[in-house]
Amino acid sequence: MSELLRIEGLSVTYRTEQGPVPAVRDVDLTVARGEVVGVAGESGCGKSTLASTVLRLQPASATVSGRVLFDDADVLTMRWGDLRALRWAGASIIFQGALHSLNAVRRVGQQIAEPIQLHEPGVGRSEVKRRVGELLEQVGLPAARAEAYPHQLSGGQRQRVMIAMALACRPALVVADEPTTALDVMVQAQVLDVLSGLVKDLGVGMLLISHDLSVLAAMSDRIAVMYGGRVIEQGPADQVFTDPLHPYSAALSASFPRVGDPGARYAPAGLAGDPPDPRHLLSGCSFEPRCPRAVKDCASAEPPLETKRPSRQAACIRVPA
Amino acid sequence: MSADTPDITLEARDLAVEFGSRSGDTATALDGVDLRVRSGEILALVGESGSGKTTLARALTGLERPTRGEVLLDGTPLGYRARDLRAFRRRVQMILQDPAGALNPRHTVYDSVAEGLRLHGLSRHDPDGRSEERQVADALASAGLRPPERLFLRYPHELSGGQRQRVLIAGALALRPGMLIADEPVSSLDASIRGEILALLLKLRAELGLGVLVVTHDLGLAWNIADRTAVMYLGRIVEAGPTEEVLANPQHPYTKALLSVVPEIERLEPVVLAGEVPDPTRIPSGCRFHPRCPALADGSAAAVADACRTIPLEVLSSGEMHHCACHLVAAQARTLA
Repeated sequence: MSELLRIEGLSVTYRTEQGPVPAVRDVDLTVARGEVVGVAGESGCGKSTLASTVLRLQPASATVSGRVLFDDADVLTMRWGDLRALRWAGASIIFQGALHSLNAVRRVGQQIAEPIQLHEPGVGRSEVKRRVGELLEQVGLPAARAEAYPHQLSGGQRQRVMIAMALACRPALVVADEPTTALDVMVQAQVLDVLSGLVKDLGVGMLLISHDLSVLAAMSDRIAVMYGGRVIEQGPADQVFTDPLHPYSAALSASFPRVGDPGARYAPAGLAGDPPDPRHLLSGCSFEPRCPRAVKDCASAEPPLETKRPSRQAACIRVPA
Repeated sequence: MSADTPDITLEARDLAVEFGSRSGDTATALDGVDLRVRSGEILALVGESGSGKTTLARALTGLERPTRGEVLLDGTPLGYRARDLRAFRRRVQMILQDPAGALNPRHTVYDSVAEGLRLHGLSRHDPDGRSEERQVADALASAGLRPPERLFLRYPHELSGGQRQRVLIAGALALRPGMLIADEPVSSLDASIRGEILALLLKLRAELGLGVLVVTHDLGLAWNIADRTAVMYLGRIVEAGPTEEVLANPQHPYTKALLSVVPEIERLEPVVLAGEVPDPTRIPSGCRFHPRCPALADGSAAAVADACRTIPLEVLSSGEMHHCACHLVAAQARTLA
């Protein structure tokens, strides 16, 4: 698999009236063609900021350092014209909440056609129509649904339209930010099937962001777990989910009970305390106040992300190398 | 708070709720449901959007007036005059989803919890003679917010998501009900916080003998805490029984399909149903699940296919044994007998 996206030392800090708020801190990540990399974490961990920064969509109040290399070109510093060409055609993004991201007064077919017409002005009208129909079929909707308005579609169908739009210009990379949140489990399964099909059939690389570690485990090749703006564990998806190294990943994994596991009956697993406040980061490990395995040294310095097992990294001094 | 809540039984009997739609069609959100839940037990009502689970929960708290059938508390039908409802709600309290939206942003924690006491005239007339402040503090402590006095003057925006959900639970507990009805109590919370709230529900059942009806789309939640699980589809309960049996040995093709798509590493061969829960203005003939039924589609239900398409299934009884509404399962049981 050839490398498509390389994120190096990425940090994103928001300027606010209360002072700087670091949202993403020193993140390294790669995605290859045909690979799904999952980013897991809870609200405020920085995963959505990471997703939008990959396409340079972060708000103006953000200060960014580090590099985001797409096919060796740095997204963060490239000229505006190159960036425009990259968005949609090189890399596209699927946001959560399809209801609010689609234009309510335009037919969905027109909305899918728009990026094609913008990026490939030479393509004729009938060809655009054919491609829109093909895209809809690719995501499991009949081509005739191009005539529908968003309100005529269900939540799952709207999310498929969003995916069809993201694919309109045949991007090599798709960033999907919580693509199935708020969908029912059966509809979620349908949408996840569509996304896996894209990776398998079209060989796109995918950066999949979700709070749901079980969805990521089922979909991804590798998973990075974020906490307090940093990646605190990274490795093959099944290993991170079933045999997590970092105590936070372990707690997160345990909070998705396996139906049928006798150990989970009458034993919901939770974690006391609240997520870290990025405005008041600790000098030691951000997870230390909630960590069941914390020792005195954990509070003194932030542990680096280190290789602990072949192809697995964790940022925790309690995990032996 | 002491463990003196009297035992109660809440029951739905042939309960139906219909809504008129703008197009003039009638949407049957709930189409005949028998269900019983008692103090000291946790019952999970699971299903997708449009299954009628929230409508059933609302009808069981008197928020929705049934078009047919009745709600019974200890065998007495629920009346819908304001006085009847007030007396009823002292014993059956609802906890809404989305704690951020359910709390008044301008009310302190103290006022949010005391509101119910004041509405019910309990602020000055607690059966045990406690002051309002004592009652609020006890309720907050029962919901795991300790020390309670430190939270009295806080506003919702100063609390974390988990704390807000605990404040909502405290508001319900203040009235010392026998039963809580919780609609997706943890769906808006982060995964690591979820377990703490579920553990609280288990603790309330153990310490106060509360009954809990929890409405959820999350089968893992049902597996975590529920004694019994009822699966809903398009306004009916299609399978119910002890959680170990319904979720570990499902009988109904719909329950099987739902379980097969719970994302996990080593999952069953996923049965992804096409389409979505149909429009409740057009409930299919025969078995309401038949247009999407994988057993009918793959031919394994060929022997009963006519029945599936034409003969409606009976409403499942409110009994506690494992049972389901499916022509195929019934035919297989007959063959074995």
